[in-house]
Amino acid sequence: MDALRNKARELLENKLAQVVIGYGEGSLGRVRPVFVKEPAAAVKLVYDGRCLQNLATYLLKPEVKKMGKIALVAKPAALKTVLQLAAENQIVNGEIIVLGVTADGKLIDFPDFKAIEAHVAASGPDLSPEELAVLDRLSHMSVEERWAYWQEQLSRCFKCYACRAACPLCYCTRCTVECNQPQWIPVPAHDLGNLEWHVMRAMHLAGRCVNCGDCGRACPLDIPLNLLTQMLVKGVGEHFGQRAGISATLDHALSTFKPNDKENFIG
Amino acid sequence: MSEFEPRVVAFVCNWCTYAGADLTGTSRIKYAPNVRIIRFPCTGRIDFMLLLKAFANGADGIIVSGCHPNDCHYTSGNFHARRRWIMFRELLDFMGIDVRRVRFAWISAAEGAKWAQFVNAVVKDIRALGPYQHYRQVVGAGIQ
Amino acid sequence: MTIEKRTLKKEAVGEFINRLRAGQWQVVAPKKKDKQVTFGEISGAEDICQDYVQTTQSAKGVLFPRVEELFRYQMQENGAQILEREGPPQGTVIFGLRPCDAAAVAPLAAVFTWDYPDAPFKKRLAQTAIVAISCHQADEYCFCTSVGGSPGDTRGSDILLTRLSGGDYLAEIVTEKGKRLVELAADLFTVAPKEEKEKNLARVEKRFDAKKLAEKLPGFFDSPVWIEQSLRCLGCGACAYVCPACVCFDIQDEGNEKRGRRLRCWDSCGFSQFTLHTSGHNPRSVQSQRWRQRLMHKFSYQPDRLDVVGCVGCGRCSRACPVDMNLLEHLIQIAEG
Repeated sequence: MDALRNKARELLENKLAQVVIGYGEGSLGRVRPVFVKEPAAAVKLVYDGRCLQNLATYLLKPEVKKMGKIALVAKPAALKTVLQLAAENQIVNGEIIVLGVTADGKLIDFPDFKAIEAHVAASGPDLSPEELAVLDRLSHMSVEERWAYWQEQLSRCFKCYACRAACPLCYCTRCTVECNQPQWIPVPAHDLGNLEWHVMRAMHLAGRCVNCGDCGRACPLDIPLNLLTQMLVKGVGEHFGQRAGISATLDHALSTFKPNDKENFIG
Repeated sequence: MSEFEPRVVAFVCNWCTYAGADLTGTSRIKYAPNVRIIRFPCTGRIDFMLLLKAFANGADGIIVSGCHPNDCHYTSGNFHARRRWIMFRELLDFMGIDVRRVRFAWISAAEGAKWAQFVNAVVKDIRALGPYQHYRQVVGAGIQ
Repeated sequence: MTIEKRTLKKEAVGEFINRLRAGQWQVVAPKKKDKQVTFGEISGAEDICQDYVQTTQSAKGVLFPRVEELFRYQMQENGAQILEREGPPQGTVIFGLRPCDAAAVAPLAAVFTWDYPDAPFKKRLAQTAIVAISCHQADEYCFCTSVGGSPGDTRGSDILLTRLSGGDYLAEIVTEKGKRLVELAADLFTVAPKEEKEKNLARVEKRFDAKKLAEKLPGFFDSPVWIEQSLRCLGCGACAYVCPACVCFDIQDEGNEKRGRRLRCWDSCGFSQFTLHTSGHNPRSVQSQRWRQRLMHKFSYQPDRLDVVGCVGCGRCSRACPVDMNLLEHLIQIAEG
């Protein structure tokens, strides 16, 4: 943690960055995103097991970009997010300083995207054994059981779009649900509107999601939305061998194809 | 006693399957009348949400069909479509939507007989599955 | 009407609920579901959960549903036939609401009956009764006492129950409607207890002065504090949706040229497109303007125009917020700053 604070202070003192986006103490033992601009305030930064939010979601916010050069405190999933955003032309090499913090608390100052790519390549698979076990359990339920499960979960949704707001890859300035000629996805939080929204959100993230889990964490109603995107992360890897967030060069599964892609359901 | 007649919506591409269905007609081959055909320039144009819209509007079954791989009129539309369907179908299944009701095929402009066979087979299967009540119950639910 | 005091023994609560239901009232109360406590219909006292500081969602959906049909239409030969929605067939008793939530009916009603009497809301309000339960626990997110409320406040309740040391309840019958509920179970409401109400209430320290805040806010309109405070805000609608006093809504028409319906559903001033005009101009195009609007609306405009504070200090917004936009902290910063 000291290494992080010192580095942040250094960057701000030497004007190499104008704002450090990291975690600070919040209410009732929570942590919250902090935007440190003064070198002296770098001591506010914390990093521990509570720091789960993917702060890369702030990289594309106009109010934050206006502050100047950003140094981002990036947990492992945020590193992948940075690469994915780079691949999608949302950030360029050298535009931000990435302060990676590994799962065991080490600070890594990545000089460029290539360095992040090398680091990510050495990290583990996209889904942990625990996550795979949950997906497995669901896939062993019958179709009716899964339908009942998801209907029960999704009918609770009240369309606050916290999932969309928290996701760094949902950066469209005008989301498709905000277009009303036609109103493609129903706005009201009735059962059909909720189902269509969540299907669409998941599909728009297929091949792009890096499994940071923020969507599920942000949901005020504890709906396990991250399972939907996670399932697609697994599927994209299995079917096409492609993964999001491992390269600053775009390799989006649903914008590419192989002439011999395999399936067993087309007659 | 009226027997259940399934309503099947077919999303097909103009150059292959639609032309193929046309051939079925000009060949005077009779087949199940339960299908409503919607013509697209290419299967690559088929938005995955359209399938769910069909269910929401009362479809009991869905057919999606286009040119064989390598034969797409726009070269690669069907390749992109195939990728999309692979993931979408898995997502639907994961969420408990009955993917036995969503049927995919490659049917060319020359395969008039295949179109008839395919439609007949799908309609037969959907008839056995019955109306898609589960999905219809979602429509209109959650409103006070 | 002067508040009458009675005792409701803890064993009698279940029977009271049975009598309410027998009297054609639907009873809605906090229920434990997985990790959260939410309001839902109950069939008996055993369904009620009271072991929480505050529920995640408010009960405002009883008066202002998250999706409400206003009318439906059907094309006939001679034009469109409009069918108004009937409204709930039964009255609803919200049982076990906290005093802050009961007090939140005032800002809701102020907006919905202000310049145009909102018929669906008024119908629901007339058919709703509130049996609130005083708070014996609170946390650092609560700030009812800073906005004119308290853990034992009777405002907005038809009956306020306060659990006493032995588990029995002090029942304060606040309104005529409350009296009518008691009449359904008059034998269960016995003579007033001797034990004091105050010692059974949670302690919630006053953290800022709402009047001072309302006076200061207009001068803060151009302050950079809004930008500072809203940097981490993601612009979702979680705070607005869990808030018992938030009233913003959207109207959506769903249908085709043959038949359809008009729905009213919740909306949030925090969404980026909330104030987008047809011209393309958006007067609140950045989050700091939307955050400012949220605070000023609740703590300045509503007190000014409608004589009611648009916040009851329940703290739900802060608990639900994914990025810990602690409203109380921000309010104190402005009130003291």
